[in-house]
Amino acid sequence: MEALVVEKLTKDFGGVRAVNEVSFSVEPGERLAIIGPNGAGKTTLFQLLSGMLTPTAGRIFVFGKDITKLPAHQRAALGIGRTFQITNLFLNLTVLDNVLLALEAGGMTRYNLIRPVSSYKHLLGQAEDILRQWGLSDRRDFPVRSLSYGEQRQLEIMLTLSQNRSFLLLDEPTCGLSPEEAQSFVSIIRAFSRDFTVLLIDHDMDVTFGIAEKVMVLHYGTVVAFGYPEEVKNNPQVQEIYMGVD
Amino acid sequence: MKDRKSILRIATVLVLLCLAPLFLPSYYTGLLTLILIYAIFAMSLDILQGYTGLASLGHAAFLGTAAYIVAIINVKVFHGPHFAIELLAGVLSAGIVAAIVGLIVLRNTGTYLLMILLASSMMLWGIAFKWRSLTGGDDGLPGIARPNLAFMHWNLHNTTDFYFFVLLFFVIAALLMYLVVRSSFGHTLLGIRESETRMTALGYNVWLQKYIAFIVSGIFAGLAGVMLVYYNGFVSPSELHLVTSAEVLMMVILGGVGTLFGPAIGAGIIILIKNFVSAYTEHWMIILGALYMATIMLAPRGVYRLFKRSEKRG
Repeated sequence: MEALVVEKLTKDFGGVRAVNEVSFSVEPGERLAIIGPNGAGKTTLFQLLSGMLTPTAGRIFVFGKDITKLPAHQRAALGIGRTFQITNLFLNLTVLDNVLLALEAGGMTRYNLIRPVSSYKHLLGQAEDILRQWGLSDRRDFPVRSLSYGEQRQLEIMLTLSQNRSFLLLDEPTCGLSPEEAQSFVSIIRAFSRDFTVLLIDHDMDVTFGIAEKVMVLHYGTVVAFGYPEEVKNNPQVQEIYMGVD
Repeated sequence: MKDRKSILRIATVLVLLCLAPLFLPSYYTGLLTLILIYAIFAMSLDILQGYTGLASLGHAAFLGTAAYIVAIINVKVFHGPHFAIELLAGVLSAGIVAAIVGLIVLRNTGTYLLMILLASSMMLWGIAFKWRSLTGGDDGLPGIARPNLAFMHWNLHNTTDFYFFVLLFFVIAALLMYLVVRSSFGHTLLGIRESETRMTALGYNVWLQKYIAFIVSGIFAGLAGVMLVYYNGFVSPSELHLVTSAEVLMMVILGGVGTLFGPAIGAGIIILIKNFVSAYTEHWMIILGALYMATIMLAPRGVYRLFKRSEKRG
């Protein structure tokens, strides 16, 4: 069964159609890159998939279950995790607190009005393991605000990954990073377990083609190409609208 | 080390509060009682304002509702004090008002939320003002008797005994609110304050967390209302008025948003100034306004953090 099926998904903002009858499907464990010029509707599509926006028309299925009408937090519980194009973290809280909030989302501790989060040893242990894995142990008690931009981008992915969601929607994970940093992100994402299905938006072609097994090209909200990277690269229409080749 | 220091500090404050009536003339003991009541009120607002990031200009709704419920039970139903019932009814009614208002307004954020809360508290003010037969209209309800706790050898008509009665509830409320903001639930509130969209993406039902915070905050504001009505022996629509909401918001900002104990200090400063200045002029609001502007310019993060910082330097 497909991990994700999108059927004629449409989103209008007033008179503007940002996403226009987009249909596609993704196999479990697949890495799909969504590319397209600015304003193509990539981020809007992610907002629709994660439930931050409700579609004007169309349907979304995750492992056969219709999630079109589910609110965002329930979709997250069903396994859709996302990162944000513009870094979206708890800036005034510590690195540890950020990871703890990601871990707490699954359990009942969030309703405990008396016990401090630091008294849950299993959560604390799990958080420290994650920080160690990502080499951020020494930053544990620093407010996220004080981290470098690259570290913040890394934390974006860490939070989502630490929740073991089956879907990862990565919205320009390397946005604003140096080419070297971007390359290290590529290896990190390539090393993700095949338990994760990855949808990726990125402007950087090296990143996109370094990760993606399938590529979907959006233009003015419409799918103009979908297929293996080589096919898409050689598609004349794609070259015309996206690569800027006549 | 840091913990031992804060325990020491809290213990010192508690000892001072317990000894205060021995040294203070009874007038000032009464004033300190009022400060403790407003401190509960201001701390309850800080749960919303400082920890959840929800601005409110309608917090008087919870204080006033509890005050009126206690007054009505005391004067109209039993014609005398029934402390346990009054306390429970007052606190519960504030919680229920919070649950109803929260259900309607919490989809909004920022200025919209602020204005809708303002409007809903003024609606309650309107009811209190117009429903003469029940609330006494703008004359209010006088003659509310303080609880009879003779079995605990407390005579609450005595200023000192009443002070200790309020101090007891202040300590319980402060401890409970401290536990709430430090709890894992409180931790999620900080996350919401920092970024609602990130919390949603992580899988939190942000609305529900806010709703719980709203009710908890309302309940503690209600407790302050119960204490206030015993203190005054009287309740009037001004307890529900915008001015009361604005005053408590200023206590929170002055003391330090998101510090919990800061707003208690803010309550102290404002009550004292209001008291001393109003002895000389009825335009004490001007002084308060000037003080407010000075705070924003000199200590925008509140008096409490100013103390903390100088302590670190020293």
